[in-house]
Amino acid sequence: MAILLIAEHNNKELRPFTLNAATAASQIDSDVHAVIIGQNTAEAAKQLSELSVIKKVLSVEAAHYENFTAENFTPVIVKLAENYSHIVCSANTFGKNLMPRIAANLDTSQISDIIKVISPDTFLRPIYAGNAFATIKSNDTKKCVTIRPTSFDPCESTGGSGLIEKVDAAEEYSNTKFIKREEIKSDRPELGTARIVVSGGRGMQSGDNFKLITEVADKLGAAIGASRAAVDAGYISNDHQVGQTGKVVVPDLYIAIGISGAIQHLAGMKESKIIVAINKDGEAPIFSVADYGLEADLFEAIPQFMEELNKLNTIQK
Amino acid sequence: MKILVAVKRVIDYNVQIRVKEDGTGVVTDNVKMSTNPPDDNAIEEAVKIKEAGKATEVVAITIGEEKAKETVRKALAVGADRGIHVKADGILEPLAVSKILQKIVDKEKPDLVFMGKQAIDDDCNQTGQMLSALLNWPQATFASKIDVKENKLEVTREIDEGLETIEIGVPAIVTCDLRLNEPRYASLPNIMKAKKKPIEEIVAADLGVDVSPRLEQIKVEEPPKRKAGIKVANVAELVQKLKNEAKVI
Repeated sequence: MAILLIAEHNNKELRPFTLNAATAASQIDSDVHAVIIGQNTAEAAKQLSELSVIKKVLSVEAAHYENFTAENFTPVIVKLAENYSHIVCSANTFGKNLMPRIAANLDTSQISDIIKVISPDTFLRPIYAGNAFATIKSNDTKKCVTIRPTSFDPCESTGGSGLIEKVDAAEEYSNTKFIKREEIKSDRPELGTARIVVSGGRGMQSGDNFKLITEVADKLGAAIGASRAAVDAGYISNDHQVGQTGKVVVPDLYIAIGISGAIQHLAGMKESKIIVAINKDGEAPIFSVADYGLEADLFEAIPQFMEELNKLNTIQK
Repeated sequence: MKILVAVKRVIDYNVQIRVKEDGTGVVTDNVKMSTNPPDDNAIEEAVKIKEAGKATEVVAITIGEEKAKETVRKALAVGADRGIHVKADGILEPLAVSKILQKIVDKEKPDLVFMGKQAIDDDCNQTGQMLSALLNWPQATFASKIDVKENKLEVTREIDEGLETIEIGVPAIVTCDLRLNEPRYASLPNIMKAKKKPIEEIVAADLGVDVSPRLEQIKVEEPPKRKAGIKVANVAELVQKLKNEAKVI
């Protein structure tokens, strides 16, 4: 049986991690279909049909799908699941919210946040904030799997020519109502996919001081991250949080400034290719994962860092 | 309104875990255990709602071995009224946990069920959503703000893009984020008082639900280690290394 990928999108276009989830799905079986549920999603459905690994697209549209509530999505996917061996989506807040509701309806034990497909029924996933890796084999006939997007490369966005088939909507779930979404718009790269991430922690001491992080990020064309401590303290909004319960990032360069490096933060960034730590406490655990550690007062180091960056003829973007 | 709060006993969040040499799991003997952190937020929120006069009873439940009862006792010490300990040994998958909780919900008939959004041991992030599915109740996951209104809740959820606000009808499930509130510490008098609060014991096997594992844990291993890095002397050296050695800027 084929694999069913649940596409993540904003009604207008696919969200980037759909491409990573598609890659993971195609590693389970080459016959990958994708379902897109939303309202006025024609363009996004077309993008989905063009993904290199997608053989067929199922499109479900209704007004009550516009805001992606799990209660509305679940019955549609559960019905479609009859024809599929695996249901797959990203382990971000969209998939985390949705997949277990599907799995329980299918009486299936979900496998969350896989980082590797070992075989169609066996997967590798981090546990204990990534301090251990577990190899898990599923004995359920239908498998619900969420994938850690940063552990799989995005598939090619062209080359596919899957047919788009309309599927009937299910009834609206009346007990959950969407009220609003407050998205923080920014011209910077998305945290989850940025090549460089500059993160600040409690050591920044105030929200105002985060301007220093912003300057460095702007100079490097980087996304801005934060430790939970900085978000809890109100220095910056929650969508910037990197860690076990925040986002997992794997940039080419991660610069941790004023971050001590709690286990929970390391869980979100220690797979980064190059890690830089700037902290005045030489004993801070962040130095144990840093390729380049600078023991310094960040309020002196950041202006110097900007100065040095300004001296460079070119900066990769 | 009655609130049932599910709490889990896990290895303390500050403990650096160790993988067993035989690959069967992580070392738990003589390791500090405590309540799963966001479950503390769930208890705190329930107690606050009761203190605000919007709930009549807070019941704390845990599922697990004998020692898991400590987790319920701690919830009682911070304000839960009574406890339930469903005794079960071995690994329970979130699906099994949600089936047990469903049985308890059938019996207790709470208006709300709260729990942490994720347990920091298996990092599954499933149980609340699964319980909502089994009950066909609304779910508000990753809650960072809860307003209790007449027969409904307005909940702010932390999502990847920022914040989302939804309204859910009661009965409902809420999974709590760490920023929902600041869990209180139990005072000594309250710890003493909690010892007198009742904890009902139920044997999981008596509930008539199939909790046998569906997943096989083939092995647990250490993640690949990062090779040790270096300390640089100053900012100029750092920038030079990033430019010429790592070639990332």
